[in-house]
Amino acid sequence: MTTTGIDSWAVDLADVGAIYPFQGTEWLWLIIGLVAWIGWHVWCINWEKSYQEDKVREYGSKKKIEEALNDD
Amino acid sequence: MGSNLDAMTTVFTEFYYWLTVALMFLIHVGFCMYEVGASRRRNHMHTLMKNSMLIPLVTITFFFFGWWIYWAFPNGPFITGGILWDDAAANSPLSPTMGTNLSDRITGVFWAAFLLFSWTAASIVSGSVIERINSGAFWILAVVIGSGAWIIDAAWGWHYGGWMVQLLGYHDAYASGVIHGIAGGFALGVLVVLGPRIGKFAADGTPRDIRPHNPWLVCIGLFLIYTGFWGFYVACNVPLIDPAGIGGQITGETWTATTIYLTPTTLGAITVNFLMSLSGGMLAAFMVSKGDAFWTYSGGLAGIITASAGNDLYHPIQAMVIGMIGAWIAYKMHYYVERKFKIDDAVGAVAVHGYAGFAGLVIAGFVLWGHPSSPYEGYASINPLGQFVGAIIMFFVLGFLPGWIVAKILHAFGLLRIPKPVELLGLDFRTVQEQRAADSEVREAQKSQI
Repeated sequence: MTTTGIDSWAVDLADVGAIYPFQGTEWLWLIIGLVAWIGWHVWCINWEKSYQEDKVREYGSKKKIEEALNDD
Repeated sequence: MGSNLDAMTTVFTEFYYWLTVALMFLIHVGFCMYEVGASRRRNHMHTLMKNSMLIPLVTITFFFFGWWIYWAFPNGPFITGGILWDDAAANSPLSPTMGTNLSDRITGVFWAAFLLFSWTAASIVSGSVIERINSGAFWILAVVIGSGAWIIDAAWGWHYGGWMVQLLGYHDAYASGVIHGIAGGFALGVLVVLGPRIGKFAADGTPRDIRPHNPWLVCIGLFLIYTGFWGFYVACNVPLIDPAGIGGQITGETWTATTIYLTPTTLGAITVNFLMSLSGGMLAAFMVSKGDAFWTYSGGLAGIITASAGNDLYHPIQAMVIGMIGAWIAYKMHYYVERKFKIDDAVGAVAVHGYAGFAGLVIAGFVLWGHPSSPYEGYASINPLGQFVGAIIMFFVLGFLPGWIVAKILHAFGLLRIPKPVELLGLDFRTVQEQRAADSEVREAQKSQI
């Protein structure tokens, strides 16, 4: 049993093409990849928004901002 | 790989492109140093991460669909033909040639070389928008240009069968327009919607100078971009091909290096012209900026970018003079647009890449007028009108417009710009406060042991 289609190197390399595992399941891997990509953007936008809201809540007073600018 | 000669050519080509990828990594290192150096202290880490994270996002999307686009759309589609399904299928994420494959050793490294161009296109935009764009919004824009807009322009004007090459005689051997022009135009489109940093302009509209916190880091960053640019240049060539492999009008059996259009050139020529256009750009920029280090280094880059469209063919002194013109245009245009239109381009990216790239295309149309754009029969030869139309397509149609439209959409959803208090506090403010608190706690613990 082999996942790559190669179970021995007793072959003529001229006859060998793809050797990655689970050939034929590329569609599945593409769907996983696309979901991971879109999901990452959605998570990132939500995370960034809540991070900024927390920051404004904690440090967004006029006094704090003036202190920050003087400290820069 | 049927014969030893085939094997040597294949393995040499595989290694050649691999080496360009390693060199081009330095462009990104340089862009990161340059951007962080140009930002103010309170924005360092966010600025770094904004640029760094385009690497994984553009990489995976370029694998998912960017590379397919390049091979599918050389005809427009529907300008000189339809979608090239067969060519595209061999370069899709479903193709067996995209994984480990002993019968195809070139697709992977060729993909990677193109990918590094994609990073560069997105990274050019990154610098211009620092200190006020949401990272999440920028990363969407990075995918749009890195795996969308630029690769469509490459299919049209940077492919041996591209419709712009066929009909316009478009020639852009080292990417004045297909990378720099489009990225500069895209950045301008985003900047128009994004607006300037708080404090950049006085109430009467006079621009204020927001100085880089570390000019030394900015200059070293630009130096690194020069270094990585060597990889960019050689990656634009096909290193070794025989006339039978080209299958065009070239006769005889003399093997040659070619441009992406399969038109003959030499590695020697582009090496000399790279250095001469860099030198011309630095000399002119030093003069016009009165010795300003940032603009002298940027001028070197603008010099290379301006000459890039025709650096496969120019005489070295032509490359030098064209580089000088490009650096002068970039400097003058940057400050003119800043004053006139209140555009806050934090690192001069629109000028150095966009205006210089645009100018480079137009200049190439005159200097190379009548030279064949392709080894194939029936293609238009290089000409000023074709280059000018090509420059408009690169800068405005595929650059400015997509940048402006996507930025408008992000703005409409309230995603484009960071909230005003966050901009005033600085993007890293919270992290810095937490670090200070942690440092203070450790200090107190140490003091308790005295």
